[in-house]
Amino acid sequence: MLATGPMTTVQDLGRPGRGDLGVGRSGAADRGALRLGNRLLANPEGAASLEVTLGGLRVRAQGDLLIALTGALCPATVTDAAGRVRGVGHQSVERLPDGATLRLGVPRRGLRTYVAVRGGLDVPEVLGSRATDTMAGLGPERPAPGTLLPVGPPPPRFPVADLAPVFGMSSGDPVLEILPGPRDDWFSADALASLCSAPYEVTTDSDRVGMRLRGPRLTRVREEELPPEGMVPGALQVPPSGQPTLFLADHPVTGGYPVIAVVRSRDVDRAAQTRPGQRVRFRLGRT
Amino acid sequence: MTPRFLRCGDGAVLVEVDGTEAVLALYDALAADPPRGVTDILPAARTLLLRFGPPARRETVESAVLRARPATGRGRDAGEVTVPVVYDGADLAGVAALTGLSEREVVEAHTGTPWTVAFSGFAPGFGYLSGGDARLRVPRRTESRVRVPAGSVALAAGFSAVYPRESPGGWRLIGRTALTVWDLTADPPALLRPGTRVRFTEARDA
Repeated sequence: MLATGPMTTVQDLGRPGRGDLGVGRSGAADRGALRLGNRLLANPEGAASLEVTLGGLRVRAQGDLLIALTGALCPATVTDAAGRVRGVGHQSVERLPDGATLRLGVPRRGLRTYVAVRGGLDVPEVLGSRATDTMAGLGPERPAPGTLLPVGPPPPRFPVADLAPVFGMSSGDPVLEILPGPRDDWFSADALASLCSAPYEVTTDSDRVGMRLRGPRLTRVREEELPPEGMVPGALQVPPSGQPTLFLADHPVTGGYPVIAVVRSRDVDRAAQTRPGQRVRFRLGRT
Repeated sequence: MTPRFLRCGDGAVLVEVDGTEAVLALYDALAADPPRGVTDILPAARTLLLRFGPPARRETVESAVLRARPATGRGRDAGEVTVPVVYDGADLAGVAALTGLSEREVVEAHTGTPWTVAFSGFAPGFGYLSGGDARLRVPRRTESRVRVPAGSVALAAGFSAVYPRESPGGWRLIGRTALTVWDLTADPPALLRPGTRVRFTEARDA
């Protein structure tokens, strides 16, 4: 690791099944992107990769590596040991030879770029996963300039595709499909309609735990305290301010504010790629 | 009571029952033989969250819950833990004032009744202990502390807890224990798991 940019963590698909101990799942914020990178390299789908927030990463290979970039599309170059520079494709299998440096610029759209490596990052597991849970403070040490990230042995299968088609992230407001509940009945009858009536701005108060949104205020009709209950990624939890928070990978295991609706799993990945200042819209899904 | 099913996105169902006892009984029944495709069974105050993936669907998870036979009374024995506490917490006097008890009576109430871990949350290994002396019901502090030391023993909203690690916190601190309740090298890492019975005893020095 030569430079991490604003934030780089090691992620895999997290640690399911330990919620009853107060341990959340965590893992890649954009799970589909992490999976795709690993599939391109014929890794197991959940092999540990780097999650790079807003680019700025520089890493140098020790030994010949195969890598794939997925998630937010950013300008990327490889500089070989002799100083020759070439561009690197997105969602494609690329060589990073011994001594070569990979550089990621800032993505024009999207927030999180994933760097998968054939063999996966082989940092020590914590509770069965290499994911970094930023809220619980669980996982491997945060990579910093100078960190050596070990790479695991190559898997038995070989990559079968050179690249996956890239569907650019559109420039309009992403539309996220929601399913009402579990606590939509704690809100006024028009609250779901309000939620879907106008865009919400993603505020700067957003991270891997969740995104604070600003838009139409959601009014509660039940004022009593909600006893703590289990939360999921994509949950739209509404604190007394009436402005929802959209939970992402490192969300708290339980929460005490009512959840009016939950974003569909596939759209949680897209939510995780929106940037502060950007707007999102919600659409009621078929129940 | 028939459980009530609440939709929670496309990969989870929230099951609402009567209260802590019913949650733990259903948790015991489901955790002993998890339905296929269910990845997480997460008890809370009066709900169980079941997260699932293929081959499970919402309908199959719900019918598995309806088929489960929760034991009445205490189910599976999740063990008993004794927690020695030095009662010198920064909020002990405040809790006494709120409850109308003397500090001595707060300690006696806290040690006099067994508690049970109802569920976990807030932080890894943070167990919400219920079933203690009803006189100890106090609200959270109006302002959270930025730093609560590991091992702090606290009260809030009818629950008691031991802070597993140093963290921010809004509960009222009545004492501290030297007992380690969260250990990443142990399996399981949490000492206080749902169903565990807990007895607090007074210690002279931690």
